[in-house]
Amino acid sequence: MEIVDLVPPELKNNVIVTSVDALFKWGRANSIWPLSSGLACCSIEMMCAAASRFDLARFGYEVFRSCPRQSDLLIVAGTLTWKMTPPLIRLYEEMPNPKYVIAMGNCNIGGGPFADSYSVVTGLDQIMPVDVYLPGCPPRPEALIDAMLKLKKRIQHPETAAGSEERMNMSRENLENMIRPIAPGKVE
Amino acid sequence: MHNGILYLAGQSLKELMLPIIGSELIVNLIMTLICIGILFMLVAVSALVFTLGERKVCAWIQVRIGPNRVGPWGLLQSTADMLKLLTKEDIIPHGVDRWMWVLSPILIFIPAAMVYALYPFDDGVIFADVNIGLFLLIAISSQSVLPFLMGGYASNSKYAMLGGMRTVAQMLSYEVPMVIALMGIVMITGSLKMSAIVEAQSNIWFIFLQPIAFLIFMVTCLVESNRPPFNMVEGESEIIAGPFTEYTGMRWALFFLAEFANLLSIGILTATLFLGGWQGPDFLPGQLWFWIKAFLMVLIYQWIGWTFPRTRMDTILSFGWKVLLPLALVNLLLTGFGIYIFKWLL
Repeated sequence: MEIVDLVPPELKNNVIVTSVDALFKWGRANSIWPLSSGLACCSIEMMCAAASRFDLARFGYEVFRSCPRQSDLLIVAGTLTWKMTPPLIRLYEEMPNPKYVIAMGNCNIGGGPFADSYSVVTGLDQIMPVDVYLPGCPPRPEALIDAMLKLKKRIQHPETAAGSEERMNMSRENLENMIRPIAPGKVE
Repeated sequence: MHNGILYLAGQSLKELMLPIIGSELIVNLIMTLICIGILFMLVAVSALVFTLGERKVCAWIQVRIGPNRVGPWGLLQSTADMLKLLTKEDIIPHGVDRWMWVLSPILIFIPAAMVYALYPFDDGVIFADVNIGLFLLIAISSQSVLPFLMGGYASNSKYAMLGGMRTVAQMLSYEVPMVIALMGIVMITGSLKMSAIVEAQSNIWFIFLQPIAFLIFMVTCLVESNRPPFNMVEGESEIIAGPFTEYTGMRWALFFLAEFANLLSIGILTATLFLGGWQGPDFLPGQLWFWIKAFLMVLIYQWIGWTFPRTRMDTILSFGWKVLLPLALVNLLLTGFGIYIFKWLL
């Protein structure tokens, strides 16, 4: 028997039955605070998304926090080089759980025009779990808003992205093995 | 005799309880507890409402719409934020001074909530109408420097430490012109009692008698409560998030809530000291006049905050010491002469 059936019929209109899990998912999905970090030209579009024409604030996502400790979402906006990888991983690890990542732009989804370069990471998912891929060169602000709404869907219904749980739980050792240093010396 | 609505409501509640309980002492105790409860509710609700209000006002000033998807008119936005902050991972970094680090966000709420005991909300509605009211108010509110420094020091991070030091520098230096600007009011009133200060404005508001003090007070209020354009404490382009850099989830939210309690606080304080408090034309009750003035001042403070870009640390300090302090002293001198001439004319 469902808990909903326990509610007496005369109170049906006044009582909302929900699980704590669903409530927390609703809270998390409606208050995604991005980290204000940008790597390249995609970040210009990211800034635009919060400004007056596109107004990310309508969805409650405009609170760009400058400190990873208070943010929920890492928008990796732009070309990611191997040299920038250690600081980015450090930022990701400083964020408290639950945390989400959007790979914004062709460059960090698959290297983009720099796929043959010695210094560009050909795929952000090689170094950290990615929740939403947002292609485009650069993607328009509307596309970023759409990606964040997809992320909202993904938070409220985790079953829509099957198999992502194990990637979310990747350990630090796995991450370190995945980073291929191009220069001699250990990557931090 | 007092005739504020809240005062009369409290009196009738007291008379209702007296025959049931019998002892006047217990009735007074219960009334005190009710008052404390109401004040705490006020602080908590104001913090929750102003998180949304701030984002809406910011959006209007920047020609945006602001939160409107979560609940009607975005009303559930701060609920969603609070739920999320409550369920975030609680990180206590290695190397923090654990006790001080944990206590700092809790302690910051105490002076922010305590000053509400000294505000005259209506005729006769004031929790503690002590005869050194204004002095006590400034003494309590200046205690909020310490938790900032505690948090900054205990975080064991250079950005947090710098942020803590900045708070001390800016809040201590602006306390001086603030107090001297308020001295003019005290001289005219002849009392430090908060209710006496409001009553002294029954003929003419102090904003007209003390315009210079009003402007100085507005600037110092913004600095004291770390509002933009003077939020050097958390200037994100320079020191990440200042003393709050290492705090996650609900611990950080407590700092945030105290900040919004302070925002309402400076609105109430300006309305009480310069705009006549609960006094106004008779067609509206005093309680309503009080809240209209307080919220108007809050709106003006938000307006200032979202209009001007953040200033620099050194310019803030030199402005405080080299401009505001001499100006406040000149204002004090002028007020003294004014009172002397006024008495001589009479």
